[in-house]
Amino acid sequence: MDYFGDPAVWLPFVFAGLMGISILIYVVLDGFDLGVGLLFPFADDDEKDRMIAAIGPFWDANETWLVLAVGLLLVAFPAAHGAILTALYLPVAIMLIGLILRGVAFEFRVKAPAPHKHLWNTAFFAGSLMTSLSQGFMLGMYIMGLTWTWMHAGFAVLTALFLSVGYSFIGATWVIHKTDEFLQRKAVGWAKGGIWGLVLGIGAISLATPFVSARIFDKWFSFPEMLYLSPLPILSGILVIWLWWMLRRMPFYEDRRSWLPFAAATMLWVLAFAGMAYSFYPFVVPEQLTIYEAASAPESLFIILIGTSIVLPTILGYTVLAYTIFRGKATELRYD
Amino acid sequence: METLLLSRIQFAANISFHILFPTITIALGWALLFFKLRYNATGDDRWMEAYRFWVKIFALSFAMGVVSGITMSFQFGTNWPGFMETVGNIAGPLLAYEVLTAFFLEAVFLGIMLFGFSRVPNWVHTMATFLVAFGTMMSAFWIIILNSWMHTPQGYEMIDGVAHATDWWAIIFNPSMPYRLAHMVLASFLTVSFLIAGVSAFRWLIGGRTEGVRVAMKSAIFTAALLIPVQIYVGDMHGLNTKEYQPAKVAAMEGHWETGGNVPLLLFALPDQEARENHYEIGIPNLASFILTHHWDGEIQGLNDFVAEDGTVLHPRVAPVFWSFRIMVATGMLMLLVSWGASALMLRKRRGVEGLPKPVLYGLVGMSFSGWLATLAGWYTTEIGRQPWLVQGVLTTEQAVADVPAPMVLSTLLAYLAVYAALLAAYIFVIFYLARKMSAGEDIGTTVAPSPAAQPKAISEA
Ligand code: HDD
Ligand code: HEM
Ligand code: HEM
Repeated sequence: MDYFGDPAVWLPFVFAGLMGISILIYVVLDGFDLGVGLLFPFADDDEKDRMIAAIGPFWDANETWLVLAVGLLLVAFPAAHGAILTALYLPVAIMLIGLILRGVAFEFRVKAPAPHKHLWNTAFFAGSLMTSLSQGFMLGMYIMGLTWTWMHAGFAVLTALFLSVGYSFIGATWVIHKTDEFLQRKAVGWAKGGIWGLVLGIGAISLATPFVSARIFDKWFSFPEMLYLSPLPILSGILVIWLWWMLRRMPFYEDRRSWLPFAAATMLWVLAFAGMAYSFYPFVVPEQLTIYEAASAPESLFIILIGTSIVLPTILGYTVLAYTIFRGKATELRYD
Repeated sequence: METLLLSRIQFAANISFHILFPTITIALGWALLFFKLRYNATGDDRWMEAYRFWVKIFALSFAMGVVSGITMSFQFGTNWPGFMETVGNIAGPLLAYEVLTAFFLEAVFLGIMLFGFSRVPNWVHTMATFLVAFGTMMSAFWIIILNSWMHTPQGYEMIDGVAHATDWWAIIFNPSMPYRLAHMVLASFLTVSFLIAGVSAFRWLIGGRTEGVRVAMKSAIFTAALLIPVQIYVGDMHGLNTKEYQPAKVAAMEGHWETGGNVPLLLFALPDQEARENHYEIGIPNLASFILTHHWDGEIQGLNDFVAEDGTVLHPRVAPVFWSFRIMVATGMLMLLVSWGASALMLRKRRGVEGLPKPVLYGLVGMSFSGWLATLAGWYTTEIGRQPWLVQGVLTTEQAVADVPAPMVLSTLLAYLAVYAALLAAYIFVIFYLARKMSAGEDIGTTVAPSPAAQPKAISEA
């Protein structure tokens, strides 16, 4: 281990990276299926069934990335885990109840008697909404340093709205990819309606973050860092314009490249996330606790790392397998 | 009520709700694999019929297990930060391995198992069924290690009030782990056996007498009859192990106050913690001594040994432990009676399911959820019996609790309780609804309507 220098330094860094990747994968993957739930009220009954078919085989595994992310926070940074989750007690509870409602609604809506189906559809929508609003709210509070003031809560309400619109946007791009004909055209419309939420959301967070903390301000607005960082906003701008251009022309001839908007949306997510990660490093509880102060004992982290480096590639492997098996347009979902 | 008590009620409510569904999915996964393998071997459609019905119950239970499990993993942080801060170095790796080796495996292959039958070769589908069953078993394995370590911790040292792992082998194979794991997995198989037997008996009674119902009911009853003696034996060993490591818990289970020999096995009593004695005792003389020490006059430590000089009580509350233990054992005895009785009737003149008279079928319907009762009672015995410790001898429950205002905990507690009650009712309702629908001969196969594009011809011809 000496080759790598002090394990008390590089292990926390590696785990912060792993946690960041899990969160990123989570917001992209569960983002699209939460988004599909948010779009439910705009679809009629048959369309709802097809939208569910587009996410049915995936949602459970998508949600597992959240379990992994919070698990890594819990195992690698126990002190931060307690501090963050107790500060966010109520939004976490709302998110959990939301996740419960939408998770079981998947099953109940097709198994319960027909007259109850609309009830479970409503539960699915409500659960998705509770989840994405509370996640956005937590994001806002986190940026504001986890202290409860009216101003911070106000900002968090804004991020809650923007994140939800952002999720419905990426959800719409997924529906574009997985469906055809009328529903696909409808989804193009949804995506066009949702893209502003993404722009405003990323904009608001980018503007607010530097002004909350002088440290973050300095990290961005000093030379030469500004130069190295300039690709982030520039690329994001290009992606947004490109997305807008594509959406105005979709669906393309013979439905070619229907996956492009989803891929572009994912890229945007990645860029935004990279910016946030840069701002907050090395803190895990903003301005209070760095990853090095909060980390577990190196020997325990090492045990986890060994397992992770074997198992994580395997997980990615069979995740790809699942997406390959269920590639193509979502058709009928049958249990046999 | 103060935060500690509310948080405890909230955690207990959450985990009680959660454990109901893993208990079903752990064994039901293997039951499905069994149906699938029988089908592969015989090509007989009745096995597939059984598979198709029970895979739906599996999917539903799985979803319930997942969402309640996610709730639990967040509650360590929201309500019990002291737990991870003190023993995180040990609990962390165990939980991480559960997520990595079990949850992803289950979640990914569940999709293929549920929706992949027509998309992948048959052997891949069988394999996916196996991997899902294997994954549920793995999560049971890891979480039981952690829970057992909390009861019988070893392989660690305390540095500045934080536990550090010294010997992972000792941590994983801690003294109560083998017993608890065996007992829990058997509990799961018994729960599922009685669920399948009960729901099948229900379908039989309302006229759905198909071959699929017949094979499912027969397999379930025989499995139960085979496993229940094993469970009773393992439970006894588990108790002996507990006597060695957590004598206060066993004393509470037996309602035994004063250390001494010739201890009777109490069938009924009202333990009175204030007076430190039992009222209205009914017992079988010397039997508890015999079960726990294998001598009729064997000495058993009493609860009075666990009171400090200044009068502080160092043992758990007696009545809940005493009673939940009796509920579990009584349910186990009833399971023995019913499964052996039903097996004997089926074997008599080799009449199979036809040999079961109506009252027995009604009895089986009534026992559908008996596994849940025994499992919950067992966990209450185990967990309440550990109090006031959260990690035996290392961390008390009180030290671990979060400093969240009580009204906040109360509000989330009420919200969870409302959601859980509604979902539990919906779950049981839907199981019997599907059973009724199947018996009426309706197709319950389609879960999502076909896309219009998938059948353009059918539409244009119609
Ligand atoms: C004896 C078995 C057992 C016990 C005691 C527990 N669990 Fe569990 N858990 C399972 C057996 C299980 C399972 C059978 O493996 C589940 C059910 C459905 C599933 O996905 O896995 C599961 C699901 C499940 C999930 C969702 C996984 C997913 O997203 O797929 C989480 C986060 C937890 N559990 C966490 C916990 C925690 C924190 C527990 C205790 C404090 C706990 N479980 C007790
Ligand atoms: C799944 C079946 C389980 C059930 C039904 C169960 C039930 C309970 C109950 C009733 C309590 C409250 C005891 C009291 O307050 O007197 C409790 C406490 C606790 N259990 Fe379990 N338990 C289970 C498994 C586990 C497992 C596997 C873990 C560890 C990962 C665990 C961790 C805890 C913790 C942290 C507490 C402390 C909070 C408290 O005292 O209420 N439990 N459990
Ligand atoms: C009739 C004979 C039985 C005996 C003698 C017995 C014995 C025990 C004992 C002594 C414990 C407490 C372990 C501890 O101290 O930590 C326990 C726990 C438990 N029992 Fe039983 N049991 C029996 C039947 C059953 C049945 C029929 C089920 C379920 C179908 C069941 C499910 C459980 C569960 C889930 C636990 C908690 C987990 C554990 O600690 O293993 N038991 N049992």
